[in-house]
Amino acid sequence: MITLNINKKNYNVDVDPETPLLWVLRDTINLVGTKYGCGMAQCGACVVHLNGEAVRSCVTKVSRAVGQKVVTIEGLSEKNDHPLQKAWIELDVPQCGYCQSGQIMSAAVLLRENKNPTEKDIDAAMAGNLCRCGTYLRIRKAIQLAAEIQRKGI
Amino acid sequence: MKQHTERYLLPVKTISVLAVILSVIVFMSFSFKNETTISSVKSDTINKDSIESVKAFMDVYKVLMSPRCMNCHPSGDVPLQGDDSHIHNMLPQRGKDGKGIYAMKCMNCHQPTNLEGLNKPPGNPNWHLPPSNMKMVFEGRTPGQLARQIINPKTNGNKTIQQLIAHADDGLVKAGWDMGEGRTAPPLSHEEFKKAWITWIKSGAYAPKQ
Repeated sequence: MITLNINKKNYNVDVDPETPLLWVLRDTINLVGTKYGCGMAQCGACVVHLNGEAVRSCVTKVSRAVGQKVVTIEGLSEKNDHPLQKAWIELDVPQCGYCQSGQIMSAAVLLRENKNPTEKDIDAAMAGNLCRCGTYLRIRKAIQLAAEIQRKGI
Repeated sequence: MKQHTERYLLPVKTISVLAVILSVIVFMSFSFKNETTISSVKSDTINKDSIESVKAFMDVYKVLMSPRCMNCHPSGDVPLQGDDSHIHNMLPQRGKDGKGIYAMKCMNCHQPTNLEGLNKPPGNPNWHLPPSNMKMVFEGRTPGQLARQIINPKTNGNKTIQQLIAHADDGLVKAGWDMGEGRTAPPLSHEEFKKAWITWIKSGAYAPKQ
């Protein structure tokens, strides 16, 4: 039995320690906001936070998360009111939506470490998150808006 | 008149012959200098032997310039990838500490261990590039440039001779020989590399001329 702390809540799960964290999140705990894209850390759809870092849960063994703090898109904010979520809604960013939870989780690390990112900072931070619908321009704009919301505390 | 001319020409001939001999000597001295493949870099080690040292470094160089080592010692701020050393997909940046930036930190994808399967990120608990204030570039370096860079604490990460010797057994260095499926190992075994590395250093850490 493995104990995981996910979104500030402890879960006891009976899984092989080698299992990818993504499968445990989706199949065992039923937190399905995090998506499976490529399975080899190349697309970013599966990004979750492990102790605040934007790890790719498809290649992260669940054993790495034991005793650590995991946050998924469901736990990013209590009322879906993270500045990024507000900006995403405001600008209607998603098209199909499949990659968006990974996009937001990656962007959240950027905004935590850089309160006023330039376009260059955004591109560098988000280069590992693919969007097959090509919503990149709206994503960039939404991150700028979220940074503004965060700075103004609105 | 003829005798007079010959007498007049004698010193000219002598001077010409001497000039030719001198030129040959000068030329040969330059030739010898060019044939010499070494220049001393460090002299506080034991058993100095420049020929042995340079020969050992050329083996070291083959390993350091292999993709398994050079890919994380790029000339730019983005690592290289694959046996063809192409620029790393997704363009992860070096960052100040060499561990990436924002959501693009090395350990976000590179796990503490290798993963099964082709094209999966290779793993190591200490995955990183050299930091931005001392990039320790291998890419594009000649053997001479690289040897001088490695032996100089100002360009080698402030390492002493003893620390350099110990570095052959660094976990991330050794990971170069265990990079997961589909990645060609360096041209020497780790044992052979370590032997050449220590021989190079202990015989004087001489740098190839070029």
